[in-house]
Amino acid sequence: MTTERDLRLDLFRGIALWLIFLDHIPSNIVAWLTIRNYGFSDATEIFIFISGYTAAFVYGRAMRERGFVIAGARVYKRAWQIYIAHVFLFTIYLAQIAYVARGFQNPLYAEEMGILDFLQQPDVTIVEALLLKFKPANMDVLPLYIVLLLLFPPLLWLLLRWPTTALAASAIIYAAAWEFGWNFPAYPSGYWFFNPFAWQLLFVFGAWCALGGAERLGGLLRSRITLSLAVAYLLFGFFVTMTWYFPRLEYLFMPKWLSDQMYPISKTNLDVLRFAHFLALAAVTVYFVPRTWSGLTSPLLRPAILCGQHSLEIFCIGVFLSFAAHFAKVEFAGGTVMQIVVSVVGIALMIAAAWLIAWYKRVEGRKATARPQAARADLAGGET
Amino acid sequence: MKTRDVKTIVFLAALLFAWTGSAHAQAPDSCDLPAYLLFSDSELKRVAQAVQDNKRLDIAVLGTASSALAGPDGGSSAYPARLQAALSRRLPGVMVNVVSLAKSRRTTADMAGELKKLLAEIKPALVLWQTGTFDAIRGVDPAQFRETLEDGVADLQAGGADVVLINMQYSPRTESMIHIAAYADSMRAVARERDVPLFDRLALMRYWNDVGAFDFYAAGKDRGLAVKVHDCLGRALAALIFDAAKLEKPDGQAGQ
Repeated sequence: MTTERDLRLDLFRGIALWLIFLDHIPSNIVAWLTIRNYGFSDATEIFIFISGYTAAFVYGRAMRERGFVIAGARVYKRAWQIYIAHVFLFTIYLAQIAYVARGFQNPLYAEEMGILDFLQQPDVTIVEALLLKFKPANMDVLPLYIVLLLLFPPLLWLLLRWPTTALAASAIIYAAAWEFGWNFPAYPSGYWFFNPFAWQLLFVFGAWCALGGAERLGGLLRSRITLSLAVAYLLFGFFVTMTWYFPRLEYLFMPKWLSDQMYPISKTNLDVLRFAHFLALAAVTVYFVPRTWSGLTSPLLRPAILCGQHSLEIFCIGVFLSFAAHFAKVEFAGGTVMQIVVSVVGIALMIAAAWLIAWYKRVEGRKATARPQAARADLAGGET
Repeated sequence: MKTRDVKTIVFLAALLFAWTGSAHAQAPDSCDLPAYLLFSDSELKRVAQAVQDNKRLDIAVLGTASSALAGPDGGSSAYPARLQAALSRRLPGVMVNVVSLAKSRRTTADMAGELKKLLAEIKPALVLWQTGTFDAIRGVDPAQFRETLEDGVADLQAGGADVVLINMQYSPRTESMIHIAAYADSMRAVARERDVPLFDRLALMRYWNDVGAFDFYAAGKDRGLAVKVHDCLGRALAALIFDAAKLEKPDGQAGQ
């Protein structure tokens, strides 16, 4: 197994973070660039897969070197950090919604103002949010991540011993979630937007790849047959998504039996079509972008890599910035120019923040020579 | 200059005049829409039958708060009443009766419980079912939402009524807070599955926003905007119903 950090992971996670940010800005013309418009899967799949990969990479090493308890404690510390980050974002959300509630009296939107009812019972709302049951729009990814990390130590233990058994177990849980309708309850009703029982498959698959699975798949990934299948599937996905925007196409070309089979494509339960679409994207990417690709060290891709290396911070900043972008659109102007401005400025701010965090870690890392072990772990992706 | 050329010039001038005139008519509060936004493959056969055979069209509007307007003249300004007015204009000699059953804070499941009563009491040829927003606010499971809606539409069809689904309003101030995409997709899917027209209020209002017909970002208490928008929605609904039922004006003229 290689011990060098694979820069491709940082690159694509950084890009995924940008895409998530763009998709989170409502009615954003720039979001037409994001991959969710051209196939079944979107940036969330990339983010969760790479997070699983890096988590296994970092904590797998810790578990081998320092044992189950220490590695488990580190995972839980990470989960706690993410929980704090989630609560921080929730606070900002509450402030935003309270601000909107104060000024919003348009009689046309009497019904939509119902979203502000949560403010009538702040005690219930806040407790439900702390229990991760009440999750405002666009704040569903971190709770999923927390649950995945909480279950990760025993899973990692299994992955290190019998990787394929662990992957099979994960697939069984996924199938069972579909069969029996397992999901976590949400407040005030319904279930988690990202069903952890389903989405764990992608996380575990990422971890499995990190722990030698990618090498086992090497032959398959280099084969031209895999490549052509993947490309064919991506084209199929592209065609199907086009029928969503041009209903005429669907009317003309989409056989009814096929749409009966396909729809609905569940994001909540990570539909097989979505999972397969992600696999196809990954296969094509790995085929054309080898680990040693020279572009990975070019200054052009440096901003994306930087963002990918500090994913938790940049993810949170992205959620915050998408709130801010919506605020700017509402308060000043919502037109196309504004949409482009907030998108570009937002990504620039994400890059600047990543650069600042990297700079700080470098400066601090120099002083902390007394703990080379810890510093090394950080370099190898303490960011999971 | 030949007469033909003169005629051409006069014609072009008239065209130009008509065009600028119509541009003037498209003042900021115009509710013109491109045809594709009101296009539907599904036919409203029972509506056609009611109009042609009985000269009477009973329509029930089942919905939540966004199908109504507050205030003393709320009943007559909300889109169900505007629809009745617009359809009556289009169908002279036909008795058009639109009953609004809009009540706030109801999920699709709540409304599905009232379908039997609605069919028995009103015996409508057409039910307009506006829903989705409150389910999205409550976070009802989208799969369950879809199932409830699909069963409900099937029940209405079995009870002898045509159905048109009406989805959410475009609401830029709350769009980062209410996740409507999954519910809007579900409604589109149900419409296709049950072969009923979808009145895509979300897309219509977004279109009006994009062309600058209305300022949906407005936060103030002004009722004028709401009244105008409901009037436009009523007229657009009338156009959709008219086309989907393949009705023709008595004098054979199509359109408004």
